[in-house]
Parts: sequence; structure tokens; C-alpha cells
Amino acid sequence: MDRGPHRFSYDQIIGLIEPRSTVLDLGCGDGELLHQLMVTRDIRGRGVEIEEAKIRECLAKGISVFQGDLDEGLKEYATGSYDYVILNETLQALHQPVMLLREMVRVGRRAIVNFPNFGYLINRAQLLLLGRMPVNRDLPYEWYDTPNIHFCTRRDFVDLCSRLDIPVLRTIDLRHERHVPPRYANLFATECCFLLQGVDGRKSV
Amino acid sequence: MDSSGVGIVAPQDITFAGAGEDPLLLESGRRFGPITVRYETYGSLNADRTNAVLILHAFSGDAHAAGFHQQTDRRPGWWDTMIGPARPFDTNRYYVICSNVLGGCRGTTGPGSLDPATGRPYGLSFPVITIEDMVNVQHRLVRHLGIDRLLAVAGGSMGGMQALQWTISYPDAVAGAIVLASTARLSAQGIAFNAVGRNAIMSDAGWNNGDYYGKEPPARGLAIARMIGHITYLSDASMHTKFGRRLQEREQFGFDFSDQFEVESYLEYQGGTFVDRFDANTYIYLSKAIDYFDLGGKYGSLERAFEKTKSKFLVVSYSSDWLYPSYQGKEIVVALMRRRKDVSYTELDCPYGHDSFLLETERQGALIGSFLHTVLETVRRDG
Repeated sequence: MDRGPHRFSYDQIIGLIEPRSTVLDLGCGDGELLHQLMVTRDIRGRGVEIEEAKIRECLAKGISVFQGDLDEGLKEYATGSYDYVILNETLQALHQPVMLLREMVRVGRRAIVNFPNFGYLINRAQLLLLGRMPVNRDLPYEWYDTPNIHFCTRRDFVDLCSRLDIPVLRTIDLRHERHVPPRYANLFATECCFLLQGVDGRKSV
Repeated sequence: MDSSGVGIVAPQDITFAGAGEDPLLLESGRRFGPITVRYETYGSLNADRTNAVLILHAFSGDAHAAGFHQQTDRRPGWWDTMIGPARPFDTNRYYVICSNVLGGCRGTTGPGSLDPATGRPYGLSFPVITIEDMVNVQHRLVRHLGIDRLLAVAGGSMGGMQALQWTISYPDAVAGAIVLASTARLSAQGIAFNAVGRNAIMSDAGWNNGDYYGKEPPARGLAIARMIGHITYLSDASMHTKFGRRLQEREQFGFDFSDQFEVESYLEYQGGTFVDRFDANTYIYLSKAIDYFDLGGKYGSLERAFEKTKSKFLVVSYSSDWLYPSYQGKEIVVALMRRRKDVSYTELDCPYGHDSFLLETERQGALIGSFLHTVLETVRRDG
């Protein structure tokens, strides 16, 4: 999902991935993240993307990609078939984020989700002081033309993971590429990244 | 003549499975030979023989995929837009091969060929053949050309079926497979249209149980079969754009049966020119081969069919193709993914119906060019 000039640093995600693992990147865009993972981590990866033009770019990079709609879930993918399932900057654009999260931790041994934190100070301030939906460098869209339909705050997401019984293994919270301690992240992080426990080690699967 | 393509090309023939040689064991259990294969090649085979791409033609295609046979030819080979220097099947990099299928009527042995045992055309004594039989013949050709492993096989429609069969029959001989507008099993709808086509031919008195060579052929029946086929290759939108409701020679209805809509005249023309280059018995044999094609049925399940494949796949379907709809392409992809095979899939949003794979060259070409490049890199890296 293209959210404008700023995007969550790929390096942060790459740092979470073990070398030579298998990676499924949901909403992989032009395949740049997978490409970097192949080069730096020697992973075996594939992407899912809905836009034809992006698919052409993926293939041009030598990345295998499936044209599919994430709102249809991951029923084609066997349980535990990937080491990592990544959802990079796409959670907020899904019609059924809960369904997809469940699917991600089913298919992946780990899941990585990152999203813009709606609870960030400036967003709150814009809503509180101006009485308008936040529009800024991190959330560049007007409310009427945004692809982002399911915003949440970091705290909302933590709550959701606990309600879904998905263990959070690690979080990375950034304010414009700088780390923010978890304690203050809901207020000061612009971007949050969660490493979630997938199928192995979960009791009910 | 377009000078940017492969230029003048010459078809070649090779014959095998003749007297004293191994006959071809057909899927039906019959042994058959001799078999002559008509083929063309474009570009050159590299020293380590790793750059060969086999093009697999669709139902009414032939070995003449690119270039011109003579300076005076009006039209180039059937996939000329895709094959040539700097085209997706780039003949500066790849050695491109295309052959007419077994059972065909364009140079490869088929029902219209002479049976050496009788000195007369086979007609219906030609054995019933399958997609797998076609592939086995192609494999012999490829071996004859000194190639152990193809960089890729590529085809649309019936050609896509052959590409899939190649990856199953010869997993070590195919690095990449490009499957366009195709399916792993012909649908009931597809079988139904084929049946109507065969019926049109068989009910033409000229057909005479397939024994019409040297006599008046069942031209009307074959033309009608082609018209039906052609309708299934187009789409509502493409017909609307191309013809609308325009009349051929009048502005107003004349309220008599000489009124002809443009679409009618187009179909007449397509049917009429088809009979000049196609054999009615080949229509019957090839349509039957397509009807029989069902990988899931043959191997227990589609997943099991792909169990031993080692190729990298590119599957493309087209949004307006109602003969081989996108869900059928997706079925192939899902089965491959479940077996953890390397596959890419896209559905091109394209108005031309089933024929899209012949017409939508630009976007399709970009996908294919990238895919071939990746396969070549992989082959070079991993051997």
C-alpha cells in the first residue's frame, strides 16, 4: 500500500527475519521488500498483490507473485506453510482485518504486521484542536479518498491480539525512523511493527 | 514485410518412429509410427544448450509462429508480435522452437497424412490421440535438436494444456512453463461447443466417415464448426466494439433474408478461409484430445498431478475469457501453491475474450519477458 513518501523502514522488518526462511508478503506492492529479503537474507519468498501493474514490477524483479484479494483470506495456503507472513502497511486498508490476522497466524510460524499508529500525538491534536480528521506526512490522505478504512491505535492493536489470543513476541515502535520505548509508543510512535507468534507454540492449533 | 521480426523462415521436417524404429506408444495403448513433425526455429541455440523455448500452438495454429515464408507473404506467423528480436520471446537471447502438433494438418502427421501401410490417407483409421501424445512427440523433436532441458515451454489454450503436460511428463526437461488462457481440464461447456463443431462436420454429407480425401471435403460443416469456435474465442464486449449491430451492405433493414449483419459476414469469412487451411478430420481429432484433457482426473487430483513437477510456472488468465474462465487458471495455481511449487499468477483485465492471449501482446509480453529472464538467471545460477 503506497501511503506517500514515508514508509516503514524495510530494514526494521528485515531485522526480524531469520536467514534462509520462507516468507509470504501480503500486499507486496512492487516486491521491493521481498527483493531485499532475498538479497540480504537469502529467503525463499512470494508475494500476493491485487494490482496488475505492481505484479509486472514484481516479475521484473524475479519475484513470484499471486494476483489475489486479501479480503478473500488465505484459504489456498496450508497451515504452517511459511516461516513468516508479512502484512506491511496494509492492515488499515482491509475490509476484514481480524479474519486476515487469524489467517496469518495460521499460515505462518510467525507473523509480522506493521501499521500507522492513529494514536500518535499529532493525529490526536489535529482531531482535538482542529476538529478535523488528521492529514499529515504520516497520514497523507483526505478522509474521502483514503484507501485506509480501518485505522487503529497501537493500544487497540495490542488489545485485539490479546482478544484473539495471539502472543506478541516483539514490537518495534518508530517515530519517523527513530525508536520509541514501548511505554510511550501509543502517544509518540508514528509507525508500529508487531512480531506475532504463529502456528507453532500456540496451544489450540 | 515487417523487417523488425525474425524475417524469412523455412519450415523443417523430421520423421521418426518409422520402420525398424521405436514406435510411439500412445496413451490409448496403441503403437504408432512413422511420425513426421513440421517445425520452425528462430534465433540460435547457445553453446551450453540452455536457451531453448518451445512454443506450443493452440487448436488451429501451426508451426509457423513467427516471420514470413516468402517476401510476398501478407501475414506473418501466428504469434509474430511475441517472437523476434527484442520481443518477449527475444530471439537475440532465446532459441525458439514451434512445431505442428500430432494429429495436425499443417505438416505433422495427422488423419490427412498417407498411411504407409495402405498408401492412402488415414482418415478415421488414424489413432485417437491426446495432449500427452502431442507432448511425447514434441519431446522426441526436442531431443532430436540436441536439447536435454528446455528453458521454457509456452502456450495458450490447447498450447497451455501441453505446457502443463510437459511439466508433468518431463519434469527434468522444463525449467519454466508459461500457461496462458488455459485450464487443467476442459469444462462441460467446452466439451459441448466441441461436440457441436464435430456434429457440424459429421453431418456434412461430404464428410463420408472421414473418407473424403481427393474428393469434395466437408467444407460447409467445417466452416460452421469454425464459426462456432470463433464465437467462443471472442467476448460480448469485443463483438460489440468490432461489429455492433451494423449491417454489411445497407443502412436500413430490407426485411428480407439478404440482410446481413457485419458479425455474420465476419463469421462467414472466418469459416470460409478456415477450410482452405484446415482439415475437417484434424478438427475432430484435436477437439477430442482437448475434451479428454483432465489432469486431476488422470492423476487422482490436480495437486497429485503436479507432485513431481520441477518447473517454475507463470499462469495468466484474461478477465473476458468465458471459454477458459479465470477460475480455471486459478485452480492450476492453487494446486501448485499447495504443493509448494514456484508459481506466479495474474488475471489481465482485457476485453478480447479467449483470443486475448493472441491479441494482448504488450502487458502479457512484459510478464513473459520478465519471467523468461528470471528462469534464465535461475538456470545459470543453479544449473
